[in-house]
Amino acid sequence: MFPARYWREIPQRYRLEASKCKSCGKIYFPPRLICAGCKSRDFEEIKLKDQGKLLSFTVIRVAPSQFVDQSPYAMGIVELDDGARFLTQIADCEPDQLEIGMRLKLEFRKIQEDGEAGILCYGYKCVPA
Amino acid sequence: MRDVAIIGVGMNKWGELWQKSLRDVFVESALLAIEDAGVDHIDSMYVGCMTSGLFVGQEHLSSLLADYLGTAPIPAARVESACASGGLAVRMGFMDIASGMSDIVLVGGVEKMTDVGGDGATYALSTAADQEYEVYQGITFPGLYALMARSHMHKYGTTREQLAQVAVKNHENGSKNPLAQFPQKVTVDQVLNSIMVADPLTILDCSPITDGAACAILCPAEMAKKICKKPPVKIIGAGNATDTIALHSRSDFTKLNATVKAAEAAYKMAGVKPEDIDLAEVHDCFTIAEIIVSEDLGFFKKGDGGKAAETGATAIGGEKPINSSGGLKSKGHPVGATGVGQVVEIVHQLRGETKDRQVKDAKIGLAQNMGGSGGSAVVHIMERM
Repeated sequence: MFPARYWREIPQRYRLEASKCKSCGKIYFPPRLICAGCKSRDFEEIKLKDQGKLLSFTVIRVAPSQFVDQSPYAMGIVELDDGARFLTQIADCEPDQLEIGMRLKLEFRKIQEDGEAGILCYGYKCVPA
Repeated sequence: MRDVAIIGVGMNKWGELWQKSLRDVFVESALLAIEDAGVDHIDSMYVGCMTSGLFVGQEHLSSLLADYLGTAPIPAARVESACASGGLAVRMGFMDIASGMSDIVLVGGVEKMTDVGGDGATYALSTAADQEYEVYQGITFPGLYALMARSHMHKYGTTREQLAQVAVKNHENGSKNPLAQFPQKVTVDQVLNSIMVADPLTILDCSPITDGAACAILCPAEMAKKICKKPPVKIIGAGNATDTIALHSRSDFTKLNATVKAAEAAYKMAGVKPEDIDLAEVHDCFTIAEIIVSEDLGFFKKGDGGKAAETGATAIGGEKPINSSGGLKSKGHPVGATGVGQVVEIVHQLRGETKDRQVKDAKIGLAQNMGGSGGSAVVHIMERM
């Protein structure tokens, strides 16, 4: 993980900074330069709500190398109360507790490490609300 | 726009080809196609390859492969759309001839995936997803398709047994394909009880890592009538479409919109409907993908794809044979080659050359190739001339 690439995404990963199209109200996370809906280039900066519901889930049992120590881990697509959707891990939860529609809350967590000497990478995971 | 025909196809055995380099794998397959077509030269070539750079450290395939095929200085291009690279190469060749710019075009696909080991392959394939908002979080491709499967099961009652039936059928078909990587038959029980990779998908719900190439020779349909040694096959419809790269950005995880749009364009160009398709090769990167695609191509009502697999509707003798070649599941999935491999199967079927996996009276075939979690899709419809 190279520093500049990680640093660019910090506003989104640490502070949930998103943008909302001033024309049609569509929310973009991460922010975009042009609205896919109405083609407007005018956005306002917003911060997302941190609660929502689970739309779908899975449990990753064969993990990529940076995540092997965490596996098995649950992942899900969450829809926040303001409509934004994310893919996140679901932590502090047994696989059999996962249910479509359950309420979840976003928390700041460590996501991965870049080997022995690289950057510690942070972001958001969901926990049952 | 000129009509375009396929006059030759070539494919080598797919699998773990330790002895062969990417160049060997591609050139072998290209020479088979050139021989099958009986042409003595080609005007241009398009090669589909997802990521030779990450797998073998080699880019600039246009030059490398034109050189090693002995065809430099013809125009050449390498095209990429993740797992839809092969289908896209076919489309580029189609457009080159339809526009009148070239007459005899080689379209091919190749991927050499086994030089990097499991972790390397997982990483290379992950570049087809959203790096910062999907892969960064810890997802894998089985995970993305598992999310779709969970949604489909929740919304339509699709069962794990129905998913397994897709694998069973494709291995049954693949057992009749001498070029398939895994021609072994499997049972529903074996699929259900194999290692869980991302709930609810097991290892036998997933297509493999494969080395392989597939090529075809295209030319104007008028020329095909004069020069083709074997029955030519016309490309009557072509479509290509895109969707959000990230699965979570879509409104419905049980629908693959790029496939819907690409198919719409292909059906419209061809002037045919889903009912007119006699057989299809679809992108079964995971069993759930075949189920969803069979619905999105208009073969079955939304939600009925699982039942269709269960009742044998998609078997070779069924009402809508899907993946007579064995599909990605049994035949293998050398990423960039897959889309061209599908076209090779359709051509063999339409020519009546597929022996014990022949679909009776096959006249119109469809190939659907898609990239990543469905972010791109390419559809071709072909008819026996």
